[in-house]
Amino acid sequence: MAAMTADQMRSIEERFPQVFRRPLYKRFGPLVLFTGILLYLVYALWFFSLPQVLRESHWERLPLFLTQWISYDLQPEFRLDQPQITPRYPRFSALGEDPHPDWVITNANGSYTILIDGRAKSVTFDKTEATLVANGQTVPVSLASGKPVISGPVPEWITAHDDEIVARMGFAGEVRITVDRVKVRKRFLGWANFVFDTRSPFFGKSPGEVVSLLMSGPQLKPGTSNIALAADNIWNNAQWQHGDVWTKLFQTIVMAFLGTLLGGIVAFPLAFFAARNITPSGLLSQVLKRFFDFMRSVDMLIWALFFTRAFGPGPLAGSAAIFFTEIGTLGKVYSEGLENIDDKPREGIQSTGANGLLVQRYGVLPEVIPVFISQTLYQWESNTRGATIIGAVGAGGIGLKLWEAMRTNSNWANVFYMVLLVLLVVFIFDSISNFLRRRLSRTIHDYNRIQAGQG
Amino acid sequence: MTFAATIRSDAVRQAADAWRRQTSLRRFYTALGIGSLLVAMCTAMWFADEANAGHFFDRLPHILDFLSWLVPKDWNDVWRALFDIASPHDKGSQEFNFPLGRVYLWGGFYLPEYFELMLTTLNVALVSTFIGFVFAVPFSFIAARNLTPSPVLRLVVKRFMELLRAFPEIVIAGLFAAILSTGPVAAIIAIGLHSIGALGKLFYEINENIDMRAEEGLRAVGANWFERVRFAGLPQVLPNFMSYTLLRIEINVRISTIIGAVGGGGIGEELKLSISRGFGAKTLALVLLLFTTIFLVDQFSAWLRRKLVGEQAFMMGA
Repeated sequence: MAAMTADQMRSIEERFPQVFRRPLYKRFGPLVLFTGILLYLVYALWFFSLPQVLRESHWERLPLFLTQWISYDLQPEFRLDQPQITPRYPRFSALGEDPHPDWVITNANGSYTILIDGRAKSVTFDKTEATLVANGQTVPVSLASGKPVISGPVPEWITAHDDEIVARMGFAGEVRITVDRVKVRKRFLGWANFVFDTRSPFFGKSPGEVVSLLMSGPQLKPGTSNIALAADNIWNNAQWQHGDVWTKLFQTIVMAFLGTLLGGIVAFPLAFFAARNITPSGLLSQVLKRFFDFMRSVDMLIWALFFTRAFGPGPLAGSAAIFFTEIGTLGKVYSEGLENIDDKPREGIQSTGANGLLVQRYGVLPEVIPVFISQTLYQWESNTRGATIIGAVGAGGIGLKLWEAMRTNSNWANVFYMVLLVLLVVFIFDSISNFLRRRLSRTIHDYNRIQAGQG
Repeated sequence: MTFAATIRSDAVRQAADAWRRQTSLRRFYTALGIGSLLVAMCTAMWFADEANAGHFFDRLPHILDFLSWLVPKDWNDVWRALFDIASPHDKGSQEFNFPLGRVYLWGGFYLPEYFELMLTTLNVALVSTFIGFVFAVPFSFIAARNLTPSPVLRLVVKRFMELLRAFPEIVIAGLFAAILSTGPVAAIIAIGLHSIGALGKLFYEINENIDMRAEEGLRAVGANWFERVRFAGLPQVLPNFMSYTLLRIEINVRISTIIGAVGGGGIGEELKLSISRGFGAKTLALVLLLFTTIFLVDQFSAWLRRKLVGEQAFMMGA
């Protein structure tokens, strides 16, 4: 096809002025908005002094923290300044009271070999000499001169300080050598003692042994069945605190449930008086709507802090905070739902001479109930998430526990355990709420179709 | 009675019976549902009360005692606290040291401390919403069934967004606080990541409901995926995107105050300190400022959303 003539172009331009001659604000609006956002971002960069924050950040901690989520380490120490080399384990180590791990080997000549990652990454030492093996290299360290000394070149995985030699062996761990002690950190994938802690009589037994003990073993604690004992041991696991964690998780669920439900119950009648098309008085409607705005604008945080102070920390304070916020939110969405209804069913019921309450019951409720339930479910779902954060300010539930575990920066495995539980709960509740809402929206859809069909 | 009338009355009776049976069954189910909900509610109340440090009925008579510290001796102190004006009650204690927090901009012109903190909280909310928007838009187009043919890619992006949405913000905030060692930036990352998931979900649901004729037209002239999304998808969905983003700003202002209270800096932290120490005037000033700001943000966003997409902006959840 040949190119268009100037006349044709002009005629097209004249026919579609909304495309070719757009008003100025429409043509430059996006550009102005874009520039505005860009300027704002530059300002934010300065406001949060981001370059400085990044310069002072410790990104090397991130992989360390993340590995701690799914692994644990054991840190035995071997004193060299005593007549005989003795391994010492920290008091609450994951190995229990009397550890004899198979990766600590006592050799015939009195020296020790620690397998960090098999023989390929290991350290062998006696009082005068240590041998580090990793990355295919064997590095002897002499301890005889009162200082740890490496003769020959120092490989890059070893840092030789004046009085200490640090050998990093990647994820598997590290070895620190001074003249009077050897410190080993060996990392294991997984969660230590997740089921039974070191005080439990079931500790250190293989799953098969535990099952046979549960089924038909002699009573480990006289007077208690083994199953009850095991359940008690798991529930009171000192390291993982299963009992406490699950109770707190349940508190969070209860907070969201109770707050949303009570909020809905209170907001429901109020919404009828706030909806402009139903309420008899315009003033009442305005007052109620401002009341809803007030309840919503006094943030959930403020309510939570106040109720924590009033009732003491715990799920009661959290429920009350969600309840008060939810009166506002649900009151607002309910009254908006009511204002959007079709007035014809109401008129029909009114024409039969029904009283005010009956008109609402048969003329309004059937139309709004699915919408109300759907919105309440949506709020319930989002409050289940919100209750976790609210908990951290003292309103009870898993949030506080998470925050306490995180503050010490050492218990990331526990944090991850709780995060997984929270994720599980959120996913389950999302699915329930989505399923119910999808069914309800079909009801709403059907209703609208019938309405439309009847004209 | 004629034969036809008998049949009819039989049919009518049957229909009436069926209807009655159905209604009574439905009534029974409704009653059962409401009954079990009430039982669950009472159990939940009992449980919450048992687990709480203070019990409801023990504390109820004292609820006004708790309000007593909130009432300041001098109401003018609320304004003084809000605008960092020196108070005559200042005896060197932290309760009345209002001018100490002034942030001098130039010369004698200063920003009151609480306004500065509120600004931090607002900025956290705005920047994190921006982060959420920027990442949610491409993700939402990849996750939309009608625009992305690969089910694997869709599934991966959807699950990823779900994970971001469900992951507790305080954990991300805590993790990054340990890395970045300052509050607000960690809060931005936490809320930003959450916003990606939350906005992405809403966005892709909008994307799946677009009118596909424009897309077909572009496909017919050989446009690639980016061009189809840009010229067929984006213009249709942008008003709704903006509307949900504004809604997200409202939510993020609230979240950022809460994250602030657990160590993210900003006004939340100050409020928590002030309440826990029982500073009446300061608490009232903070609550007033926070309330006004959230109220204004909500009203402004509602007005803008109404302009963008009309009444449709308020039909959430249904």
